Amino acid sequence: MIPRRLLLPAAAALAAAPRLTRAGLPRRIISIGGALTETVFALGAGDRVVAVDSTSRHPAPAAALPRVGYMRALPTEGIVSLAPDLLLLSGDAGPREVVAVLRAARLPLVVVEDGAGPGAPAAKARAVARTLGLDSTALAAALEEDWVALDAPLARRAGRPPRVLFVLSLARGAPLVSGRGTHADAMIAAAGGENPVHSYEGFRPLSAEAAASLAPDVILLMDHALREAGGLDAALRVPALAVTPAAAARRVIAMDGPYLLNFGPRAAHARRDLARALHPGLYLPSLPERPWTAAA
Amino acid sequence: MDGSGLRPLAGAAPPATRIGGGRLAALGLGGLVLALLAGALLGPAGVSAAGLLATLAEALGLAPLPEQHARDAAVLGVVRAPRVLLAAMLGAGLAVAGAAMQGLFRNPLADPGLIGVSAGAALAAVAATVLGPGLFGAAAGLLGLWLLPVAAFAGGLGATLLIARLATRQGVTGVATLLLAGIAVNALCGALTGLLVFAADDRQVRDITFWTLGSLGGARWPQLPVAALLVLLPALALLALARPLNALVLGEREAFHLGIRVEAAKRWAVLLSAVAVSAGVALAGLVGFVGLVVPHLVRLALGADHRIVLPGSAILGAALMVLADLAARSLAVPAELPVGVVTALVGAPFFLGLLHRRGAAP
Repeated sequence: MIPRRLLLPAAAALAAAPRLTRAGLPRRIISIGGALTETVFALGAGDRVVAVDSTSRHPAPAAALPRVGYMRALPTEGIVSLAPDLLLLSGDAGPREVVAVLRAARLPLVVVEDGAGPGAPAAKARAVARTLGLDSTALAAALEEDWVALDAPLARRAGRPPRVLFVLSLARGAPLVSGRGTHADAMIAAAGGENPVHSYEGFRPLSAEAAASLAPDVILLMDHALREAGGLDAALRVPALAVTPAAAARRVIAMDGPYLLNFGPRAAHARRDLARALHPGLYLPSLPERPWTAAA
Repeated sequence: MDGSGLRPLAGAAPPATRIGGGRLAALGLGGLVLALLAGALLGPAGVSAAGLLATLAEALGLAPLPEQHARDAAVLGVVRAPRVLLAAMLGAGLAVAGAAMQGLFRNPLADPGLIGVSAGAALAAVAATVLGPGLFGAAAGLLGLWLLPVAAFAGGLGATLLIARLATRQGVTGVATLLLAGIAVNALCGALTGLLVFAADDRQVRDITFWTLGSLGGARWPQLPVAALLVLLPALALLALARPLNALVLGEREAFHLGIRVEAAKRWAVLLSAVAVSAGVALAGLVGFVGLVVPHLVRLALGADHRIVLPGSAILGAALMVLADLAARSLAVPAELPVGVVTALVGAPFFLGLLHRRGAAP
């Protein structure tokens, strides 16, 4: 985690970073964190990004940029060598020691919290736009409009919400399952599902007994985790999953990980996709195609 | 030889090459200075000669820094200088501690990991990562970036002291018991670390993974006095144990008859190695193979006399660590390899080559 004192509001960061004046907007941005990178591109400033981290895989032009590595193992000199005039860091970026060195080297550095929940995509758009000296009004309004468009239809859903178990990985025998306080937990709630795991925060391996007692109706996972597990049938043979009602009904939803979990500009569309899969009979309005939701 | 079952070191290495000690020292130190210069001047963030001169002029108080060289000055002064110096001290500390442990155990496969340093430090570092804010509460806030290093240092030293205590009966430390107690404490630390990893969330597991691979990316000036005091100073103090370690090669009884204070020498070797390696691990994570391979290289080139092996390991360890870190930050630009990956990638095949050359001889 980044210490509190690094969590500058963007306005204070502007004052602290001498190069971010009105005359010289940042032109060499390094964006660390998939949601932030998507937001920069959605704001139309993608051509000013010179490098990203390994979690920034969307949109396609971002995926083609040089990578500085995993966001929690950032390189000091690799970042300095790119001579950025703005280092945009997700609140999860690290290690803290490296961030401390980068600050000591007077790199213009702004931390934007990687929140989850209904307001998160627009909040990120506003924070990033302020840092870049851009107007966020149109983007934030569109993100909020798309998100809110699903509120009323989802509220009309009848009966108890489906119990949705999010499985991060099946690789280690015992599936790694989301508890409270994760982006997956927030997205399940937003799509009208219920995470049956109440007893812990973050991700934990789940035993077959625990899985049986949680009795999920649906298993949600990232598509690459399903591929790594050897496909749907292999995944459902994992003991902890085989004992669930979800396995009996073969209700498994696989979605692109960053799309589902980033709470970036595509979050409302991901919410709709997940809600459609969770509530097959429910009417949901289609959302407008946006520049930032286009495939490429 | 003494019934400990450990293979003696004496006679395994070629006799010392006889060139003058002074010339040898000059050669080694010259090489180290070259490595330090390469570490400071090379790397993905290019520095111009003018920038270097301007930075030096400012550091010496000769001239204020011109605005166009601010970045070069930051690269040299903030990013590279502390990193290169920390790498050098770390390399020296790990290599000398490795040489001392190989001498103490009379076994070329020994390294400080045997006396619990790495496992104890890893356990404490993982505890700080996983339980950090929850368990340590106010202390975590107070220590900030120092929480993990302080914990790792205490863990490494604590595990070693526990092992040394277990192996000491009536003032006599049994080397074989030391080894066995080390195995048991290492296993215990490993199990407790596993328990913590089980309780860790996904991000913490990734943080732990990267920590175990070692990195000098977080090197900052405030760490350097700490490294000088707790890594370099114990390493230099170990150099004073060259004569006792030479005598111990003959066996403990023989060393005693040669007038060596055997128990004191063993205790100091263990304590100083544990301090140096614990502090090194605390500041840079787990960096393997330096403590194992560097003393071998020195022995291979210059013979098994600890009066040469210990200082030689210090100099070569420092130089190789600086170069390994240079490779770590230069090979995957703009990303960075963990330095422990570089040392293991180079060190492990080299070590296998050594084993192969020695053939099947016991």
